[in-house]
Amino acid sequence: MKIAVCIKRVPDMDVRFKIAASGTAVDEAGLKYDMSDFDGYAAEAALQVNEKGGGGEVTALCLGPDAVQETLRKALSMGIDKAVHLKCDAVPFDGWAIAQALAAQLGGGGYDLILFGRMSIDSSNQSVGPMVAELLGLPCVTAASRLDVSGGTGKAQRELEGASETVEFPLPAVVSIDEGVARPRYPSLKGIMAAKKKPLEVKPAQLGAVTVTVTTMELPPERNAGRIIGEGPDMVPELVRLLQTEAKVL
Amino acid sequence: MANILAVAESRGGELRKVACEAVTAARAIAGGGEVHALLLGAPGIAGKAAQLGEFGADAVIVTEHAAFALHNPEAASATIAERVKSGGYRAVVLPASAHGKDLAPRVAAKLGVGIAADVTSMRMDGDVLVAAHPVNTGKVIANIRSTANPAVVSVRPGAITPVAAPRAPRIEAGAAAGDPSAARVRCTGVTTGNTARLDLGEAPIIVTGGRGLKAAEHFRLVEDLAAAFGNAAVGATRAVTDDGWRPHSDQIGQTGRLVSPDLYVAVGVSGAIQHLAGMRTSKTIVAINKDKEAPIFKVADYGIVGDAFEVVPRLTEAVKAARAAR
Ligand SMILES: Cc1cc2nc3c(=O)[nH]c(=O)nc-3n(C[C@H](O)[C@H](O)[C@H](O)COP(=O)(O)OP(=O)(O)OC[C@H]3O[C@@H](n4cnc5c(N)ncnc54)[C@H](O)[C@@H]3O)c2cc1C
Ligand SMILES: Nc1ncnc2c1ncn2[C@@H]1O[C@H](COP(=O)(O)O)[C@@H](O)[C@H]1O
Repeated sequence: MKIAVCIKRVPDMDVRFKIAASGTAVDEAGLKYDMSDFDGYAAEAALQVNEKGGGGEVTALCLGPDAVQETLRKALSMGIDKAVHLKCDAVPFDGWAIAQALAAQLGGGGYDLILFGRMSIDSSNQSVGPMVAELLGLPCVTAASRLDVSGGTGKAQRELEGASETVEFPLPAVVSIDEGVARPRYPSLKGIMAAKKKPLEVKPAQLGAVTVTVTTMELPPERNAGRIIGEGPDMVPELVRLLQTEAKVL
Repeated sequence: MANILAVAESRGGELRKVACEAVTAARAIAGGGEVHALLLGAPGIAGKAAQLGEFGADAVIVTEHAAFALHNPEAASATIAERVKSGGYRAVVLPASAHGKDLAPRVAAKLGVGIAADVTSMRMDGDVLVAAHPVNTGKVIANIRSTANPAVVSVRPGAITPVAAPRAPRIEAGAAAGDPSAARVRCTGVTTGNTARLDLGEAPIIVTGGRGLKAAEHFRLVEDLAAAFGNAAVGATRAVTDDGWRPHSDQIGQTGRLVSPDLYVAVGVSGAIQHLAGMRTSKTIVAINKDKEAPIFKVADYGIVGDAFEVVPRLTEAVKAARAAR
């Protein structure tokens, strides 16, 4: 099958963020970047669909400044066949602006399946995938934690609050991938070597107009420093007293 | 004065708490305008419409169709977008629930506007919608503004407490857009987990078990504690869902559910950064872990260093006693 997977380059979250002098973004100094978590699952899902279904071609797309090419190379080293870099100076916060650029590239590409992550781990809007689907007029399933495709139809499972639902849909379609589908593989040395020679096309991103912007960023109020009240089951009465009198939750 | 539309989520013929939250959120930005709630469901759902007046809906538009018995994203998003257009609303508010997050971007795209997604607070500042949205796994808050008109907003479950503002709403019938039974994406079934348990997004108390419980059957310990509280849901870490001890839908964290209960009790949970990302905004955090160096203690308001198998049963009895004495 011909599959496209949209991946976003995001900072590693395992840090203490600082706010940049502009006040509207995080300070990038010292941050490491990688593929957004769920986009890794989407890339893996794309590869597995074709491994099970007897071949095809997977294209990875990433919109952003030149640095995103590193993330696209990583996707190629996982086994993805080719990459498209939609180039712009900065990635807007507004998912609708991003969706228009991705849809402009994906439309007419003849893809059977277009995969997204459930959400980007930095802006966490959970919007770009279904917006692209609307722009392309394609059926769309979001947050699939299981995905099977065969014979022109897809089946997926979605996790709800305390339940899960199964859905069926015709291809071509857009699916956003939740954790649970497949853990992303690590690039092999051979994969890393091969990725250097795979095609990576650069095109200007045709971003849509922006209506949603970040005015300021701030750090949430710090939690009070943790407090250990003591050791062992004998501390239970004290805990219950604190829950009643101090936290007032009991 | 422009009116606001709130999408009232239901499942299995029952209103969900997020429906009331959406109405409350809509009320907060309606100013002198009206709040209309849109209720989609299988025939019979109209019986639930009046409840939405409790939280300040001036009118409830009810669209009944057999094909709305299960989630029907294509027909629901089309119906919502059509109503926003025909009703001339200034904004549409949806819950950022599993279904709401599936619908909101489709609605926004049909209206040709951006979305203020998963907001934890919002207000109108003149003609601009201003909201807060946690980004970077909740480690940073983005204050955003939307100049989109109509504005599309989804509200994080639990972030906005439903406020009583009772009135007797006008109940109107609304037509579905197109033929809901002709949708391409078809929901074929819903498997409900343990229906006796409260949902993670709605419970004021969450008791989470980690790998420290050592085996699936020992989750009885946290189930019992949750039952003793009476209003608690049970969550899990990824170590636990990976091992299949609990379903993935119970996972809390960066790649699981984001929760913010009044009380979060972590039992045998190390407090990995990806887990903290999902629960660090809980109002009060209790940790029970036998390793006093476990990172969970850095965020715990009350930590007990000890063996879960000794501490938790004792706590369960103490909670039962405390509630019985009330
Ligand atoms: C990309 C990515 C995404 C992730 N997303 C998530 C996520 O969404 N949610 C999530 O939870 N994790 C997530 N993880 C995994 C995370 O890093 C941790 O591995 C996981 O949270 C650990 O689960 P745990 O605390 O149950 O297990 P462990 O880390 O193994 O901790 C078990 C704890 O139990 C304690 N213990 C042992 N015996 C007892 C006893 N008898 N009594 C009391 N305490 C005891 C131990 O001291 C230890 O602290 C993610 C990881 C990655 C890489
Ligand atoms: N700049 C980008 N480049 C490529 N794909 C993106 C970009 N931003 C978002 N996406 C895709 O859209 C998904 C949802 O993003 P979001 O709506 O920001 O949560 C991501 O998981 C990616 O698959």
